[in-house]
Amino acid sequence: MSHHLVEAIGLTHVYEDGTTALRDVTFRITHGESVAIIGANGAGKSTLLMHLNGHLSPTSGEVRIGEASITKATLPGIRRTVGLVFQDPDDQLFMPTVFDDVAFGPRNLGLAEGDVERRVREALQCVGVWNVRAKPPYRLSGGEKKRVAIAGVLAMSPDILVMDEPTSGLDPRARRQLIGLLREFSHTRIFTSHDLDMVLELCPRTIVLFEGTVMADGPTQEIFNDDALLERCQLERPLAMQACTGRPQS
Amino acid sequence: MHMADALLSPTVGGAMGAVTAAAVAWCSRTVRNEGDDRLVPLMGVLGAFLFAAQMINFSIPGTGSSGHLGGGLLVAILLGPNAAFLVVASVLIVQALFFADGGLLALGCNIFNLGFLPAFVGYPLYRIIAGGTPSPPRSTVAALAAAIVSLQLGAMAVVLETVASGISALPLKTFALFMLPIHLAIGIVEGVVTAAIVSFVRTARPGLLSPSSARSQPIAGPATAILAVALVLGGIGAWFASRNPDGLEWSVAHSARAAEVPTPGTPAHASLDRVQQATVLLPDYQFRNAPAGADQKRLGTSVAGIVGGFLTLVLAVLLGWALKARPSRR
Amino acid sequence: MSAPAVLASLLDFRRLDQLATADSAVHRIDARAKVIVTLAFIVCVMSFGRHEIARLLPFFAFPILIIMLAQLPAALLLRKTVLVLPVALLIGLPNPLFDRDVLLQVGGVNISGGWVSMLSIALRALLAAAASVVLVAVTGFPAICGALEQLGMPRPLAVQLLFLYRYLGVLGEEALRMEYAYHLRSNGRSLSIGDYGRVAGRLLMRTWDRAERIYLAMCARGFTGEFITGVPTRFGATECLFVVAWCALFAVLRTQDVAQRLGTAVIGVLS
Repeated sequence: MSHHLVEAIGLTHVYEDGTTALRDVTFRITHGESVAIIGANGAGKSTLLMHLNGHLSPTSGEVRIGEASITKATLPGIRRTVGLVFQDPDDQLFMPTVFDDVAFGPRNLGLAEGDVERRVREALQCVGVWNVRAKPPYRLSGGEKKRVAIAGVLAMSPDILVMDEPTSGLDPRARRQLIGLLREFSHTRIFTSHDLDMVLELCPRTIVLFEGTVMADGPTQEIFNDDALLERCQLERPLAMQACTGRPQS
Repeated sequence: MHMADALLSPTVGGAMGAVTAAAVAWCSRTVRNEGDDRLVPLMGVLGAFLFAAQMINFSIPGTGSSGHLGGGLLVAILLGPNAAFLVVASVLIVQALFFADGGLLALGCNIFNLGFLPAFVGYPLYRIIAGGTPSPPRSTVAALAAAIVSLQLGAMAVVLETVASGISALPLKTFALFMLPIHLAIGIVEGVVTAAIVSFVRTARPGLLSPSSARSQPIAGPATAILAVALVLGGIGAWFASRNPDGLEWSVAHSARAAEVPTPGTPAHASLDRVQQATVLLPDYQFRNAPAGADQKRLGTSVAGIVGGFLTLVLAVLLGWALKARPSRR
Repeated sequence: MSAPAVLASLLDFRRLDQLATADSAVHRIDARAKVIVTLAFIVCVMSFGRHEIARLLPFFAFPILIIMLAQLPAALLLRKTVLVLPVALLIGLPNPLFDRDVLLQVGGVNISGGWVSMLSIALRALLAAAASVVLVAVTGFPAICGALEQLGMPRPLAVQLLFLYRYLGVLGEEALRMEYAYHLRSNGRSLSIGDYGRVAGRLLMRTWDRAERIYLAMCARGFTGEFITGVPTRFGATECLFVVAWCALFAVLRTQDVAQRLGTAVIGVLS
């Protein structure tokens, strides 16, 4: 369906201080795809994410969500369609209780309180944390916070789920549970991550950014087998694909 | 510098509460009309920052004691006076509820002393001296002046609020002579520390402090602010003065008898005398004026009274147990 | 207070808040009623003349009864209440120094009005602290904010309070970590003013960045400036009864010398 389309066309972004964060980025992500955007720190991943929900405007080029260009008029619709989950859940969970936080989005949409409650329940049950709905955020574990943050975004019924470093800061068990959860989703999914093993598990397609430019865009397996590319972009293979001796390529 | 409930009478607390509530309402409306959405999370986390920054102590050179940041002036420099006032108010409310740090009745006084004065008297002074984008020395001087003035006024406000309440036996002159010099020192420290933080921010992120940003809001003229302060404090004083027309002679005679603090004829003392004559003392002083051996029952300190007091508590506990025994859970 | 001590009391205050999630008849009463009663309590207590002692004592019945009815942990609340005592004694200290008029004689010892009023100050402080501690323990901070807003506090301040409360712990821990890191390299010396300026400045920068990210997260979920808090709560018959009953009791205790009469009666019976 076309409204799940995410498209960047010649996207360029130059910050006020003159840094070029994105250079002529072009890609097209279609309905239901699960795509990872990887790159070294400073490669432009976060900047790209902020374009996808319209928080930043391109210096040149454009971003289209569902074939509609992002403008001031289309912004509310874009924010409903594209659900953005931030890296640090503490930045996202700002309400006194879990319930209130997940309800924040639906309430902003102007829904009646009954609908709000239904959406909150569905979202929390979907990620498996309905039981902590009355707790304040500081009483949640890292994994629970992450899941509540996702629920907060799910409650807005987005078609496209964008997540910034989903597994960062999680202990192995929480990470495993999150990967299992993300595998279930049928949304179009876009992740940025340093966790290349998660990328291998969840994302058939990967886009590699280096210094604001798209260096590669294709099947994940192929990209992770291209050692020269990874080297150039200051990356390396996922642990699962490194030589049997376990030593990383140097 | 915090007023405590225990030293406050409801009249003074209520009066200051009303003044503070009006200021809160006005600032809330102004902040909301500004329409800067970013202020919503920014004010919140800056309040948490104030709390957190107050937790870290630093040592004051030459005294061996430690101090901590007040922060009202700093937030005013960062956000403008209206938002800063709300931020400080929120910090004090949380402190009153959780740390019994001042008290709920005293909130009106504390928010005024520690929030209104730095934001609407100190900050305009800072702006006047510092101008648009001051050099570091000028910024330091401005911060020092602003902090000293705010804290002196705040200290005087505490003195007046305490004396007007009549619970403490401290005479106004003694209290003022104690509070003002101490808060001069505190004001100097506050000014220096505020300037240190401001200069760090200026080097690290100059854009944050530009007065052309949306955060520099229209400032109530310093004259208006000082006038408002004077009206409030004078009002409280006048109210009490009108209740005790002959309290003047009594207070002078009593101070001479009870207070053994020598009163040299310095200008400070002369002006304090004038202030004291304006804010005359309270009904309770008349009460103490009663001859010794007066009806002790009035004093509430008789043995019977104390026994009865404890008895009511015992009764309360028994009542509590009795109520708990009934199945009250549905 | 040093940072670790303050952080400890910070976490302790969360315990108070968690107590509010329990269930009892008192907990279920609308927050507005509890706030109103607490304010009435404090006003009554503070309106006594400075030499009152006996008439203050019955007022302890309010926190005691609420603790019992709501089944709150008395030891914890007592501990938090008593924390106020050192400061209370300090601010009461001038009274014996300046008020030397002898008020009564007990067994040949002259007790001046100053000592009496100092004790009175201590009692007031305990009562005020007890009232606020109990209020938080049966209501919880978010509900108190909601109550204040429904009672007329402007929305911007209510929102401000919620954010402050939410991020207190986060920033408190950040500050603690930064101070600890400093101590590890400063050989145990405490911060100079210049270094404090840098540490606090750094914390301020991080706070500012965090505010940006939170703002991003809010916009991403449809925030357009109007903060919509939850459903308004119900103020029904139970609440009216609660408010009227307690205020009536406070009025009686304030105007009638219940303590005196009870004590006289009992002593009369015994003697």
